[in-house]
Amino acid sequence: MRPVYIIGIGQTVVGEQWERSLRHIAHDAIIPAMRDAQIERADALYVGNMLSGELTGQEHLGALIADFVGLRGIEAMKVEAACGSGAAALRMGYIAVAGGIHDVVIVAGVEKMTDTVGSVTTAGLAMAADQEYEAAEGVSFVALNALLMRRYMYEYNVPHAAFGYFAVNAHHNAAGNPYAMFPEPITLDTYRKAAMIADPINLMDSSPICDGAAAVVLASEPMARAFHNGRRRVRIAASAVATDSLAIHDRRDPLWLEAAWLSSQKAYSQAGISPADVDFFELHDAFTIMAALSLEANGFAERGRGVRLAEEGEITIEGRIPIATMGGLKARGHPVGATGVYQVVEAVQQLQGLAGRNQVHDANIGMTQNIGGSGATIITHILVGE
Amino acid sequence: MTVARTWRTRRQRYSLVGERCDHCHNAIFPPRDVCPYCAEPAQTQMALSGRGTVYSYTTVYDAPAGFGEFAPYPVALVKLEEGPMVTAQLTDVSPEEVTIGMPVEMVTRKIQEQGEEGVIIYNYKFRPQLQRQARAA
Repeated sequence: MRPVYIIGIGQTVVGEQWERSLRHIAHDAIIPAMRDAQIERADALYVGNMLSGELTGQEHLGALIADFVGLRGIEAMKVEAACGSGAAALRMGYIAVAGGIHDVVIVAGVEKMTDTVGSVTTAGLAMAADQEYEAAEGVSFVALNALLMRRYMYEYNVPHAAFGYFAVNAHHNAAGNPYAMFPEPITLDTYRKAAMIADPINLMDSSPICDGAAAVVLASEPMARAFHNGRRRVRIAASAVATDSLAIHDRRDPLWLEAAWLSSQKAYSQAGISPADVDFFELHDAFTIMAALSLEANGFAERGRGVRLAEEGEITIEGRIPIATMGGLKARGHPVGATGVYQVVEAVQQLQGLAGRNQVHDANIGMTQNIGGSGATIITHILVGE
Repeated sequence: MTVARTWRTRRQRYSLVGERCDHCHNAIFPPRDVCPYCAEPAQTQMALSGRGTVYSYTTVYDAPAGFGEFAPYPVALVKLEEGPMVTAQLTDVSPEEVTIGMPVEMVTRKIQEQGEEGVIIYNYKFRPQLQRQARAA
């Protein structure tokens, strides 16, 4: 396998972008990424997206977006793995470059969620779950996470208020990210008083419905050398995907993210590191409960102790394992199919010293993890600054 | 749910018909034809009792499209006494009365109405167990 480098990044501000269409926001991320990498062409474009068919009536995004950004003619396709679509597209790009098929690949994640009314978007998001035996019972995606959170609180005797540290940290970090949807700090009191959505999940436990797009340019080593832009080189040291059942009720242990454990173990092995070596972790905090379960399944906390890590301040920029360093899904925003690429763009910012007041000190190894559904597809990447 | 899809899964929805694995003897619901425990073929049908306990629960206020008319409604993960877990709505109980570990039993109830032209969909829901009283009577 050949080493794979990230030579360009681009992203749009996350939010309700009613003035821009799906193809336009893809453009707004891809063109800056190509300019950043100083490239005019690429061998292929892989687009991560979950809901374009359901929410905008548009499939066939590979060709649509390739044409729209001036790349008509190149290999292009959409990659889908629910909310893990962005990292799934990155995985395809990584395979293509590492395997010697392509030298320069653009990976974009794009999602347009605000053209539809809330109940339609909610039904769309439930497509990440088992349609015949979860969604058919009228269970929303938020409710599935609420079932996990309630059980977690019961088994480990954790009060709801303790989860507030995840939301406070995410909002604090978003305040230093010009691309974040919610750059406003919140307090634990804001968290406690937030409106209930599906108890125990309240508004501040949840990531928002929003639009956004992010893009990265991948290159083989000779191309990375040829197009070196003067910044620190960032290499993808590990790329791993693992799966579990779509339905929570089919899992042997619903409070254990088996696919996170499987994919991170593979990733640690590929990169030759252990969790203690990770300088920061862009995890999939679609809900605060997912942040806790992720810290546990990836080896950063014992079972039932993920929330304690947040309470003790270990997840902040200065902490032992900084998470959601640019606001995470909670406060940067969670445009579902784009999220996995945002995480990687932010990891590159950290490794290149471009994170401004959110800069993690001495950041050399960053891990990103994107989750499809309630844990059925989990994709881990480890990035190293060289 | 389309008409064909509802019809195809009627034995699951009306009578909780799952499978038993002939190799490792685990009960399986919903049926999936390959045992999730031992990966051997599993196609021997088995009707589950419908009795179980609440593993976890919540209330849906912002219902997905098609379920709005019954919102808010409580939903739960129910651990059936034969082993499998199911996701289902709770009925005949107010959300504040639900607790983890509460004994529940399956009933058949209306879950969706698809307007003048569409079908009415019935499905399993779970209510607090009444069978003790029923047996006494």
